[in-house]
Amino acid sequence: MKIAVCVSQVPDTTTKVKVGSDGKTIDPAGVTYIINPYDEFAVEAALQLKEKNGGETVVVSVGKDSNKEAIKKAYAMGIEKGILVKSDSEMDSYAVARNLADVLKEINADVILFGKQSIDYDDSQVGSLVAEMLGLPSISVAVTLNIDGNTVTCEREIEGGKEVVESSLPVAITAQRGLNNPRYPNLKGIMAAKSKAIEERQPTFTENKTETISMSLPKPKSKGKIVGTDVSAVPELVKLLREEAKVI
Amino acid sequence: MSKILAFVESRDNRIKNSGFETASTAVKLAAELGLEAEAILIGNAVANTAAELGAYGIKKVLIAEDPKLEKYSTTAYSKILAEAAKASGADIIILSATAMGKDLSPRVSAKLEAGLVADCTEIKTEGGNIIATRPVYAGKALIDVKVTSPVKIFSLRPNVFKPVAVDGVSAEIEQHNPGITDSDLNVKVKDVIVSDEKLDVTEANVVVSGGRGLKGPENFYLVEDLAKVLGGAAGASRAIVDAGWRPHSDQVGQTGKTVSPSLYIAVGISGAIQHLAGMSSSKCIVAINKDKDAPIFQIADYGIVADALEIMPALTEEFKKVLSN
Ligand SMILES: Cc1cc2nc3c(=O)[nH]c(=O)nc-3n(C[C@H](O)[C@H](O)[C@H](O)COP(=O)(O)OP(=O)(O)OC[C@H]3O[C@@H](n4cnc5c(N)ncnc54)[C@H](O)[C@@H]3O)c2cc1C
Ligand SMILES: Nc1ncnc2c1ncn2[C@@H]1O[C@H](COP(=O)(O)O)[C@@H](O)[C@H]1O
Repeated sequence: MKIAVCVSQVPDTTTKVKVGSDGKTIDPAGVTYIINPYDEFAVEAALQLKEKNGGETVVVSVGKDSNKEAIKKAYAMGIEKGILVKSDSEMDSYAVARNLADVLKEINADVILFGKQSIDYDDSQVGSLVAEMLGLPSISVAVTLNIDGNTVTCEREIEGGKEVVESSLPVAITAQRGLNNPRYPNLKGIMAAKSKAIEERQPTFTENKTETISMSLPKPKSKGKIVGTDVSAVPELVKLLREEAKVI
Repeated sequence: MSKILAFVESRDNRIKNSGFETASTAVKLAAELGLEAEAILIGNAVANTAAELGAYGIKKVLIAEDPKLEKYSTTAYSKILAEAAKASGADIIILSATAMGKDLSPRVSAKLEAGLVADCTEIKTEGGNIIATRPVYAGKALIDVKVTSPVKIFSLRPNVFKPVAVDGVSAEIEQHNPGITDSDLNVKVKDVIVSDEKLDVTEANVVVSGGRGLKGPENFYLVEDLAKVLGGAAGASRAIVDAGWRPHSDQVGQTGKTVSPSLYIAVGISGAIQHLAGMSSSKCIVAINKDKDAPIFQIADYGIVADALEIMPALTEEFKKVLSN
């Protein structure tokens, strides 16, 4: 079984966001970058499929040289081969997906795994875009994954429940938290990942379909009201919610 | 001529709230741009709900019906939506960023080579252009975006765009032949598992969430009771999801769900940056926490600094009293 997994590199969840000098993207100064948390579920799923069915695993990322760190994290967890489509320009999800699709067409994997969303732009687009570009079925926000012969079954999260979705190989899956418990790389894996080669490629597509005009920070909230420090504050709180905030 | 097409989601042949939001937003944008707005309903017997869209100013509803479309299929629905847009000459498509909308919109985007702005919280027009605002970095920043491709797709964050009723228009119905084959149903929903009929945090108008300050899972009923009285949903911080008190589907935050209810009540939640990421766009935030320096108070509109275990029963009783008057 051939398994591909796509990973992105994103600012750590504790990042304090500042707008950069271009007014359109964040100021990278002092930001720590990590592999997109949802992509760890995708990498783990890829490794489990390989352990069960045999075969080969490959990780693909599109972006700056620093995305190699995300590829190395995937290596440290056990992925065998890595490809970076190297580009310093800001690509939107469409452009990223086109580049991934061009690489993945060649790889011809049975299963392509993604995270359900990148926690930088929170787009939730790339997995389904790539699937459509390759003419493949896709299942997004998967919390379970079962492959039986040529049939794939996943549960995916929807509002107030889950859908049981069935499809066939080859397939694209986007991973939601809960799909598995990503393994911690061991020291040997981390050391081996450091020196392992990463294939670099040029982007095949750079034309964005969306354009960011400006980035801003949300308006700071005016300081709230402490209504009280014991049970006697309860009627006052309810009154404020009804009469001042008018939300009840 | 160019047109706006709203994808209207239904469940069990009833239009979802998010469907009225897309229809109404399409009507508003069409009025500003001097275009026409149409809606499309896809499913099994959905035609009888079409009339409801007239109340929001939709003049024409495309109906794509087939028993095979009873349950959602990403491949079939995306094909129908893309082809309906082409056939009707729509070059602006509005969806909702629901589980279905998020799954469907990128596939339509790829089919129509159209730029997609996902999860918008505001849409305005400027000199004939559409400018969409969307949160990024889990709401720590906002970007204004425009689409540069000829066909443009926007998905709306649920619960943010309030549907506006207009004076009675009756919606004309037009059948759109779905023309799907078995190969279009390559991805099929076999079954839907409803979690005990419970309201999802992303769909609720009031969310009451509990955190580690509740001390133990045996006290979580305090949160559920209040949520019930307010007709809302119960949410959770990651700390108590990781501790196994609550399922992950209830987690609010950066790696959980993003909610924007009218009222969010955080009970015994410290307000870590990853939690705030999922709820800071709520209209009114109430915090109950015994630590006056807890970060949650920095974004709360109202707070009580006290033991949640004492406050909650009284708060639930008070709401019961007030709401029954
Ligand atoms: C990659 C990553 C992703 C994450 N994603 C999320 C996410 O999606 N959602 C999320 O919620 N967290 C997330 N977190 C975790 C987050 O950092 C916090 O650890 C978590 O939100 C804390 O949960 P809590 O507020 O319930 O617990 P705590 O931080 O322990 O806070 C408990 C609070 O209860 C108060 N308290 C104690 N006793 C009482 C009492 N008797 N009455 C009233 N108040 C009391 C305390 O003063 C304290 O403020 C993430 C972390 C990481 C690293
Ligand atoms: N630059 C990228 N390179 C490789 N994979 C990516 C990239 N951006 C997004 N992805 C994949 O697509 C998923 C969804 O991302 P997004 O649509 O940006 O929210 C991520 O979890 C990754 O698996």
